Amino acid sequence: MIDILTKKEHWDDIISSKHNLLSLNLQEVWRYRDLLLMFVKRDFVTFYKQTILGPIWFFVQPIFTTIIYTFVFGNLAQISTDEAPPILFYLAGITCWNYFADSFNKTSTTFVSNQAIFGKVYFPRLIIPLSIVTSNLMKFGIQFGLFLGVWMYYLLTNSTIHPNIGILIVPVLILMMACLSLGTGLIITSLTTKYRDMTFLLQFAIQLLMYGTPVIYPLSTVPSEYKWLVLINPMTSIIETFKHAFIGKGTFELNQLGISFLLITIILFLGIIIFNRTEKNFMDTV
Amino acid sequence: MSQTVIKIESLSKQYRLGQVGTGTLSHDLNRWWANIRGREDPFKKVTTINDRNIADGGEYVWALKDINFEVEKGEILGIIGKNGAGKSTLLKILSKVTGPTTGTIKTKGRIASLLEVGTGFHPEMTGRENIYMNGTLNGMRRHEIKAKLDEIIDFAGVAKYLDTPTKRYSSGMTVRLGFAVAAFLEPEILIVDEVLAVGDFEFQDKAIGRMSEISGQSGRTILFVSHNMGAIQRLCTKAIHLQNGEVSDIGETSRVIGRYFSKDSKKNNVLRDLSTEFAGIIIKLFKFNQPKAGFNQPIKFEFIISTNLQANEIRIGVGINNSLSNRVVTTSSTITTSSHDEKFSIELANHYLPPDNYEVSLGLDLGGNTIFFSNNILQFEISADEILNPLLVERSGRLGVFLPNKTIHNN
Repeated sequence: MIDILTKKEHWDDIISSKHNLLSLNLQEVWRYRDLLLMFVKRDFVTFYKQTILGPIWFFVQPIFTTIIYTFVFGNLAQISTDEAPPILFYLAGITCWNYFADSFNKTSTTFVSNQAIFGKVYFPRLIIPLSIVTSNLMKFGIQFGLFLGVWMYYLLTNSTIHPNIGILIVPVLILMMACLSLGTGLIITSLTTKYRDMTFLLQFAIQLLMYGTPVIYPLSTVPSEYKWLVLINPMTSIIETFKHAFIGKGTFELNQLGISFLLITIILFLGIIIFNRTEKNFMDTV
Repeated sequence: MSQTVIKIESLSKQYRLGQVGTGTLSHDLNRWWANIRGREDPFKKVTTINDRNIADGGEYVWALKDINFEVEKGEILGIIGKNGAGKSTLLKILSKVTGPTTGTIKTKGRIASLLEVGTGFHPEMTGRENIYMNGTLNGMRRHEIKAKLDEIIDFAGVAKYLDTPTKRYSSGMTVRLGFAVAAFLEPEILIVDEVLAVGDFEFQDKAIGRMSEISGQSGRTILFVSHNMGAIQRLCTKAIHLQNGEVSDIGETSRVIGRYFSKDSKKNNVLRDLSTEFAGIIIKLFKFNQPKAGFNQPIKFEFIISTNLQANEIRIGVGINNSLSNRVVTTSSTITTSSHDEKFSIELANHYLPPDNYEVSLGLDLGGNTIFFSNNILQFEISADEILNPLLVERSGRLGVFLPNKTIHNN
């Protein structure tokens, strides 16, 4: 600012070693929106190139996982599903969890797996994690369609399902999952550019986190002394609300959801700030 | 009116040598501690100058040190220098791929950089999809690319393969397509690294033509790194010579190129050993006492050649290139070598070469097979002292064999 005033010069861009911590550069991201769409398109096109079944493969994973969970957790371990039909119960949990886990997993390797392209051309780096979250959203859309199909079947043949007005906030739940996976992914990828130790822990951590989230069990079965531990996880209230809306089982508490919302907002902002700070010089250390 | 579009002020870039790993964490903690107390980075002091030949044990190196220069609108600036002189680092900082350690760069207008041809090309996607991918990656909007699509396809000359995945393309075709997108980006400032080396001659010519067209028509600024002095000379209005991360020379193109070569030749005119393992050939540059000669003064150099072949007829070829890398002289003759050191001399008399810096290459041929070839084994300079024609000095390199005035008679 001082520079412009004293020298009466106008510059479009100033590259320097100092950066403003809070400049998020979101207008620039918006200018590159076509690139975001190209990345999403690339992810999709290359996913089913040279396959016979094509996008149908997106269905395979949730179907198989549901069958396995129904068998292992439902029939063998006899874990309660709160009297909800097990297949629908697991499918609901898996559809949501997969979206979060896949987006988180992929955004957390943004720097390492894109270093070739980052080393050759400048564009707002945030485009890559945003495109990952978006293309996983497409995948989620397809899998959500599968869930809706199964749900319709149970709705027509089974009287234990009580969908309610909560369905209206499902778009908010999806947005929350997107922001949470983006925020956590941004933090992890920024921390792992120089020291890769965290990447080894990540796979394990995501697995563990799933068991800390009511995916395969309802929140109501958690012993009350551990309940806070499960509730601190923002995914808990998202999945519980989701199940409550469609199946009528599970817990729905607005203030719990509000706390998760707040937590996710903080994580996302923190993630963007750390990410923007890292992107400037990560090429030298990655 | 000239207008400065790039202003670089005391720009430096520090790199850590060796591997990121052991010791990095302690350095990071040290840095962080100094930063908290408001002290200077403790590792800036131990940073050494960037000369890749000297292993002085320093852990940090200045890839660029205190660079200052300005570029004006419409200029085509050529950046020359040896490998590791900091050319690519400079371009990387300019294209925001990495940040500077100290200093600032101020720019006006959109910058597009071509550090690599076809960045972001996905082998599974078709040529058309990749045009969009690469274009948007360089900051173009979709509709902008659509408007230019026909021109891009035409320039790349790959119309037939447009809907084929690029993994089926030859490397030359990929380069053509990649450059074509960049050529129609229309940024205010275009940054081009040594990317033309891959294409065939026709394409290189086309690419250079397109670059001067971009700059000439619409006053766009181009920064161009190349080892091809011919291309630099043809294209650039101004050149900058980087040496060990510092600006060693900046100014009018042919002067900078000329000084670059003469600096080099001072170093290299010692006796050189060019021996190769192959066929046990020993070649030694034995004597060369004429690194700088006046116009049409004889140039003479001597070699020792011995092979492990018994008395053989070897064809020896000598080529001389001018500072634009164009071949100006070729000569060859058959010699007989033996396992003893045999001395050969090559003498150029009445060569009529115009003042310039020249490079000599040497090849040996046995029964139709090349058994030895080396480019740039030595350099020499023909100085302008002896002739009075000022035209010659200015256009050095662009003239062929220069015949003296008496060639043209009034009948």
